[in-house]
Amino acid sequence: MKKWLNPRSAFGISLIAIALIALPFVAAMGGQAWVRIVNFAILYVFLALGLNIVVGFAGLLDLGYIAFYAVGAYAYALLASPHFGLHLPFWVILPIGALLACVFGVLLGSPTLKLRGDYLAIVTLGFGEIVRIFMNNLNAPVNITNGPQGITLIDPVAFGDFKFSGTTQIFGFALSGPQKYYYLLVVLSILVIIINLRLQNSRIGRAWQAIREDEIAAKAVGINTRNVKLLAFAMGASFGGVAGGVFAAMQGFVSPESFSLIESVMILAMVVLGGMGHIPGVILGAVLLSVLPEVLRYGVGPLQMAVFGKMLVDPESLRMLVFGLALVLVMRFKPAGLWPSPERKRELTGEA
Amino acid sequence: MAEVLLQANQVAKHFGGVKALRDVSLSINKGEVYGLIGPNGAGKTTFFNCMTGLYVPDGGGFTFDGAPLIADAPHQAAERGIARTFQNIRLFGNMTALENVMVGRHVRTRAGVLGAMFQNAATRAEEAAIRQRATDLLHYVRIEDRADDLAKNLSYGDQRRLEIARALATEPKLLCLDEPAAGMNATETEELRDLIEGIRADGTTILLIEHDVKLVMGLCDRVAVLDYGALVIEDVPAVVQKDQRVIEAYLGA
Repeated sequence: MKKWLNPRSAFGISLIAIALIALPFVAAMGGQAWVRIVNFAILYVFLALGLNIVVGFAGLLDLGYIAFYAVGAYAYALLASPHFGLHLPFWVILPIGALLACVFGVLLGSPTLKLRGDYLAIVTLGFGEIVRIFMNNLNAPVNITNGPQGITLIDPVAFGDFKFSGTTQIFGFALSGPQKYYYLLVVLSILVIIINLRLQNSRIGRAWQAIREDEIAAKAVGINTRNVKLLAFAMGASFGGVAGGVFAAMQGFVSPESFSLIESVMILAMVVLGGMGHIPGVILGAVLLSVLPEVLRYGVGPLQMAVFGKMLVDPESLRMLVFGLALVLVMRFKPAGLWPSPERKRELTGEA
Repeated sequence: MAEVLLQANQVAKHFGGVKALRDVSLSINKGEVYGLIGPNGAGKTTFFNCMTGLYVPDGGGFTFDGAPLIADAPHQAAERGIARTFQNIRLFGNMTALENVMVGRHVRTRAGVLGAMFQNAATRAEEAAIRQRATDLLHYVRIEDRADDLAKNLSYGDQRRLEIARALATEPKLLCLDEPAAGMNATETEELRDLIEGIRADGTTILLIEHDVKLVMGLCDRVAVLDYGALVIEDVPAVVQKDQRVIEAYLGA
């Protein structure tokens, strides 16, 4: 607890806190769309930190992570929408979604225990697709997921009468829906960061890292690798489930389209690009990779007009081109990620 | 008669047509240093792997501390009190020396995910105890000044020591060392010998696979010789040294 008394870190923390509180108002100057972009950036931070447990800590390459996000999102959608006429409150569904995702995590984990690396990646990739295709097709003979049309009119998050959708007046401030979700997301993300940090330096966290480093040696010192790996899958999956629930509530709409393979790949890219296993790096990776495409979306068109005086390339296609190029450059010049843990940086650059 | 800690009963293991172990039976007494020697490919490491649960024997089995050992369950072997090091050092390279030893405490501690998340008093106390014990063990093998270095950046000799510290962290009754002196110079081997003597003095039984005949003969109370997967002789070093079959196995006469 001593470090909280240190005036410098106290000052740093208050600066970050003020920045986090002010951010939605600054973003709102550019329109509510920007607040939504910030919200998604934080949601991706949440997801990437969940995946970091599986990939970064335990070293299990999971390409189907979005499936757990989908499970959480559909759990929320089905239990809080007119589709089944159920309207359970937010704080009841979120644990259900987390638990359900956790069960799916174990379900994916148990048959893949003996697989590593590429093989595990292929199986998890298949799993992610299976879940999406199920969501797409579970509308007949019994309509459960409403198929490709998705589920609409999902209840917003609400605590009593305080709804997170629409604008509310608080202390003379007008808070829009996305701004309210922003604060909810920030609180959840701080929680998940604390959990990640605490897990990393715990008995279980060390066991995960030991399995990542050398599974046979881990077994030899008495780690039950089966259970500990399943635990990593279950923990990662529950974070995905919670993120999915918030996503469903925030959007008010879910469809299988949101849970495609590219989403899994993006989240994995955030973890790898930021710096695998290093929590600040993963956060940075998630923020950059979710914001960059949006900045390019709004920035590329006007930039072309300013430089060339006319539209040379369709902004939409140029956006993904620049994005891809950025990824390649990062991996070329910062192979350990943008902000790797000090140890890993030393390993890859050969500095003593 | 000394008390038997580990009893191997006709352990057999084959890989395809190769018979790596042919009905090997031997017994290790409590408190002794037991040497297992033999030419390369004699089946020493295979025997180790069967005993520590990494391989499933094709025949026979082990009795440890009065109860049979379950095959194919390495983590249970560790829990019962068998710890090992590896011929090719297997450390957790990207973790610090201290963390490596802390992982060794896994099997003697209990904290789970919830404990880690909520940091309750019991978890924090256990974590402090783990750290303290790991620090002590690094002192014990005399690499305390490398505690915060990554395991892979340690010198070869220090890595060997770290592996022993990690194995000791599991509080073993039987410590199995697979060629701990391999690649060491004379001074390092001498230091290793002191370390092993110290571990024995603390009451841990030691099973030693080693090529350095001088080290084995000087250190061990009893020695078993394997050749082509079969037990040649099991006796005190003085007898083993003079045995004609052992000389033949080593010199290929």
